[in-house]
Amino acid sequence: MKKIFSRPNSLKDMPFHYCPGCTHGIVHRLVAEVIDELDIFDRAIAVAPVGCSVFCYEYFDCDAYQASHGRAPAVATGIKRVLPESVVFTYQGDGDLAAIGTGEIVHAAARGEKFTVIFINNAIYAMTGGQMAPTTLLGQKTTTTPFGRDSQINGSPVRMSEMLSVLDGAAYISRVSMHNPANVIKAKKSIKKAFEVQIAGQGFSMVEVLSSCPTNWGLPPLKALKWIEENMIPYYPLGEFKAPAEVV
Amino acid sequence: MGKILMKGNEAIGEGAVRAGCRYFFGYPITPQSELPHYLAKRMPEVGGLYLQAESEVASINMVFGAAGAGARVMTSSSGPGISLMQEGISYVAGAELPCVIVNMVRGGPGLGNIAPAQSDYFQATRGGGHGDYHLIVLAPASVQEIIDLMQDSFDLADKYRNPVMLMGDGVLGQMMEPVELGEEKPVSIPEKSWAATGRKKREKKNLINSLYIVPENCEVHNIKLGEKYKLIASSEQRWEEYRLEGAELVMVAYGTASRVCKAVVDMYRAEGIPVGLIRPITLWPFPNRRISELAETAKSFLSVEMSMGQMVDDVRLSVNGKKPVHFYGRVGGMIPVARDVFNEVKLILSGGAK
Repeated sequence: MKKIFSRPNSLKDMPFHYCPGCTHGIVHRLVAEVIDELDIFDRAIAVAPVGCSVFCYEYFDCDAYQASHGRAPAVATGIKRVLPESVVFTYQGDGDLAAIGTGEIVHAAARGEKFTVIFINNAIYAMTGGQMAPTTLLGQKTTTTPFGRDSQINGSPVRMSEMLSVLDGAAYISRVSMHNPANVIKAKKSIKKAFEVQIAGQGFSMVEVLSSCPTNWGLPPLKALKWIEENMIPYYPLGEFKAPAEVV
Repeated sequence: MGKILMKGNEAIGEGAVRAGCRYFFGYPITPQSELPHYLAKRMPEVGGLYLQAESEVASINMVFGAAGAGARVMTSSSGPGISLMQEGISYVAGAELPCVIVNMVRGGPGLGNIAPAQSDYFQATRGGGHGDYHLIVLAPASVQEIIDLMQDSFDLADKYRNPVMLMGDGVLGQMMEPVELGEEKPVSIPEKSWAATGRKKREKKNLINSLYIVPENCEVHNIKLGEKYKLIASSEQRWEEYRLEGAELVMVAYGTASRVCKAVVDMYRAEGIPVGLIRPITLWPFPNRRISELAETAKSFLSVEMSMGQMVDDVRLSVNGKKPVHFYGRVGGMIPVARDVFNEVKLILSGGAK
């Protein structure tokens, strides 16, 4: 019998620790498939964040770094400047990238640092217990916005892809979603483009991935996916915000 | 090659380049500015990189990445900027990454001022950031010594896979002195089989990490670090002795303050009064063994610092109650005046010191 589906080589053979219905596992798989397909495993370097995906350095079988909260883009800068032939990616959540690490991501993009960012936007701080993130939607209830996010108190959610796409150093910026198989396939194409942009030396690349957090949203997995579609996508439109002509 | 005149901050840069450092990440702050200015020009000449970061927080994390990739790398700052780096320095120590961090100390606390001080001694020698760790801390007292210690800084960092701090101040950074650079020697950087450079054909992946989620494992990691610090403490204590023969009063001072104290020692020796100086070159590990020995013969000690009294704690721990330990300090960017230190010594010798 012919084997038609298997674990990507770039992923270690071990169970993920993620909650049932969380889409981190799918995104890990997509990144690993792209590393395999581009045949860059030997020169790939992962930079893990602080947050739920801190252990992604265990799952990706390539060399890896664990960065302090929000600083993965600075760590990746140091790595890539020393090892320009390597293919470096950071994997960051919305608290990590859009709150504490805002300075690092903006300036890495502005400098056109040649690494790829996988940015997981699930509109919440998950590992620490479901607090409001910069990306939490207006009206969304979290453990620190028990009455729903109020713009008068907490301001409005931050659209990172739109923000970063105005910077000259950003070569490829896109937003994708995990809410159904068709979009998962699109997401993989986008992640592949982002890595290709890096390999071609065109500049900074980032893929923002709208992801579900059934545990902290208090929703069953299927309803959580529906919640992405009905609530997140209207505020966080999907698509490419910036792409070099050659890869569009 | 003869002697040339050089500023201390420039000497740090040239010393680093000669020690094989090819990556510098930093953020502007006074009084270390001549160092980034120097390296911005010098690094491209040797195929290296000077990169201005968006903050000191970013600088130290860029250092984390570059050191993890196996490079000889340095950052520099002063007081407030070094405070901002502390989380990153703790990660660097936890992940056992070799690098050099320069602190040209200025007056504090808070914004303080840009004048020379030694008030970051506790921060440098007691960890500074969170968790049980130590930096190796070197304190030069002249521009020539800066040049010499830069090579040692990078060598010690690699030898022990530990961050090294070079502590100076605005006086050392900005004064010009004649230095002998010597011939540029080929630098041998030890192989770093642990560096995360991409797996290539390596059988196992390399990981640069300070996370040990299981307490049992984190304890093992801490104990391993502790063994390393013990080894450093026993092998790397460095100091200079100045006219200690028969000294009844031993002054202890480092860096800029030690230069003032040497003049005071000379003034007393000219009068035939046995006063000497021990100058710690490593602030961590502190030269406690030698000071403990001196406590057998000396009658008293005087720690002279540009702080409210920080190193004096280490002098007291080294003397361990055997003899009185006195303190004299100037703060806020003020430098001790030789005549005032002379008078303080006179007070101690006459039994009148507080």
